[in-house]
Amino acid sequence: MLSRTATNLFWMGRHLERAETAARLLDVGQRITLLPNTETGYQNEWNSLLQASGTSDLFAEKYGEITQEKIEEFIFFDRDNPSSVFSCIEKARESGRIVRTALTSEVWDALNVAYQELRRISKTPRDKLDTASLTDFTTGHTATVRGAINSTQLRNDGWHFMHLGYGLERADATARLLDVKYFVLLPRIEFVGSGLDTYQWQVILRALSAHRAYHWAYGGDVSAGRVADFLILNGESPRSLITSLYEAVWHLEGLAKRYGETAPTAARDKSREVLTALQARDIDMIFDEGLHEFLSWFIGEIGTISVRVHEDYLLGGA
Amino acid sequence: MSYYNEMFEGTRVRDPYARLNEWVETMPADFRQMKQAEAEALFRRIGITFAVYGEGGDPDRLIPFDMMPRVFEQAEWRKLERGIKQRARALNAFLRDVYGRAEIVRAGRIPARLVYQNEAYEKAVVGVVPPRGVYSHIIGIDLVRTGKDEFYVLEDNCRTPSGVSYMLENREIMMRMFPQLFRNNRIEPVDQYPELLRRTLESVAPQKCTDRPTCVILTPGHFNSAYYEHSFLANLMGVELVEGQDLFVDGEFVYMRTTQGPKRVDVIYRRIDDPYLDPLCFRPDSMLGIPGLMDIYRSGGVSICSAPGAGVADDKAIYTFVPEMVRFYLGEQPILNNVQTWTLWKDDDYKHVMANLGDLVVKEVHGSGGYGMLVGPKSTKDEIEAFRKKIEADPSNYIAQPTLALSTCPTFVEEGIAPRHVDLRPYCLCGDRIELVPGGLTRVALREGSLVVNSSQGGGVKDTWVLSE
Repeated sequence: MLSRTATNLFWMGRHLERAETAARLLDVGQRITLLPNTETGYQNEWNSLLQASGTSDLFAEKYGEITQEKIEEFIFFDRDNPSSVFSCIEKARESGRIVRTALTSEVWDALNVAYQELRRISKTPRDKLDTASLTDFTTGHTATVRGAINSTQLRNDGWHFMHLGYGLERADATARLLDVKYFVLLPRIEFVGSGLDTYQWQVILRALSAHRAYHWAYGGDVSAGRVADFLILNGESPRSLITSLYEAVWHLEGLAKRYGETAPTAARDKSREVLTALQARDIDMIFDEGLHEFLSWFIGEIGTISVRVHEDYLLGGA
Repeated sequence: MSYYNEMFEGTRVRDPYARLNEWVETMPADFRQMKQAEAEALFRRIGITFAVYGEGGDPDRLIPFDMMPRVFEQAEWRKLERGIKQRARALNAFLRDVYGRAEIVRAGRIPARLVYQNEAYEKAVVGVVPPRGVYSHIIGIDLVRTGKDEFYVLEDNCRTPSGVSYMLENREIMMRMFPQLFRNNRIEPVDQYPELLRRTLESVAPQKCTDRPTCVILTPGHFNSAYYEHSFLANLMGVELVEGQDLFVDGEFVYMRTTQGPKRVDVIYRRIDDPYLDPLCFRPDSMLGIPGLMDIYRSGGVSICSAPGAGVADDKAIYTFVPEMVRFYLGEQPILNNVQTWTLWKDDDYKHVMANLGDLVVKEVHGSGGYGMLVGPKSTKDEIEAFRKKIEADPSNYIAQPTLALSTCPTFVEEGIAPRHVDLRPYCLCGDRIELVPGGLTRVALREGSLVVNSSQGGGVKDTWVLSE
């Protein structure tokens, strides 16, 4: 497979997952601001969300003061925001278009329809749109693309690269969404364990479409320890750090096996190492270490794996 | 001026269109509109769009598709086919000749200046004979019709003719939307084209290639207006679609960068122009090309289709000599005629053209895509005078032709069905054999009375049928 093709497939996966993350972020923010909460009002929470996605400076520069409408515009439609839903879907479709030959017509179709629909929506007056439907639109279309990939693509190296993109991006995204919780609560440490605290954990679960799954897995009350355990260490949870990383490892093993012993395996080795380190922890250890510190470590390691993927496969050995 | 209508002779429906006529007459208007919308949605979903140079606007514009097919009888097609293949053989013979001993120039049949001072003449490949002596592997020959048995060649495209994806997709979409039509009419298939193209490319693999050849399509990239076509063909042929950055030269061969390291490439079907192929040999500022490619080509390590330098055969000045090539190299009489052409660097022609600008079509020698041309009868006095100044400034840059009475085909329009002017581009493949699929791309000028069919000038496309016996 051409290195450039692999690069585009990898980034197509990443951007689709990133679009989904942006939509979920919007949903989290929306729900948190519905709370009759702290005296500083909703601005603070939104700003925390922007900080978690690394786009708070960009927003301030372009829009200044935070309002619900501006935030929606920024996170969903704004093409100047590289992490907006629109930017990500557009980039994913662009990658797909470049490697059109490596996609089945079903996958291309799903991707192209998502993009065309999004363009149509972007021309709709904003007061005719609500946040929930925008989030549903995104998760619905990204799921359709993923379904098309899984039911029609050849299980070849291209398939591995797409899923590798998905896996690494999802690991990164869940870590960042969890980190939002840290940012939101940071100024008011006395809230820990309060009703508000519990509600915010529920919001995180909801944003990850995991609140029902959580109850099936743990039953009973929502508590910080259990939610964190569910989203970090639970191998049944589809978006947990360990599941996402495990999938990335699995696809890297697949590539290593397919390409034989002469091919480089630095990415595979690094991902194995991080997985082992993650498996060695339990949730108490993570809280002792500090959730934010743990997440920062994890996000850094995911970045390193991405760099290794690039070096191993995407340069083309010239 | 009267025009040959391909479907109607007065009120009588010509034989090949008999069944289509029933289809049109029994089609309710709302059904037609529904189908037209469906066709458009299909094209958009598949992603067949094109970008118009320098227009801005919607980067994903569709080429308008007209559902009314254009039909040829088997006998009509056979004659066209013989004529096209003959022309393709002559053009390749000419290219072999002018990069070798240039007998045709020595014999005084073509002025040396037109060959050697031609921009498209590549000194870098003089004396290099590509595999099987084929320079141009895909030749698109633009034809117009003016009467029942009157076909003229408007121009030859020996470099990288585009549009074949429309020929294939138009058919695909018609079959999908109107299967009944294909049951009622016996229509020759065209979908073997990608397979034939792949075989053609493999048949011209370089001598140094001993295994099954690896072919690739080289594209300028996804911003190119024909990118869809490049990826479409790569997909149907099962070959990689590469950009210049994917290829590199090492030792005697060309390689592509893959996830498993370098892989050797034997045949490159390039969709970029000569000047961009190799910055070490041609334009040093080209970012699209592969440094060192031409050295490998010249030493037989890789085949390039069409071969660098092939463009010298299809320029509008050389065009006037193609019938001469047929006689000179093949010893045959040309089956297809050229359109009468005045070359403005000849005094007599110049005088005639300048005196009759209002009746003629004037084109730039190197122009394409319907740009830089004057259609006399369709232009205002001011436009004609402005063009006259351009010609006076550089007469040798222009040729002129009579305004042809391009045939018309019934076409769906707002009010129902109306005649619109059409042309035809069949795609001839040259490798170890010369092949032509029965069909081609019919372009239609959708504006009433317009004679310009280019998609950049408001043209559309039609499915083109050749009926079997």
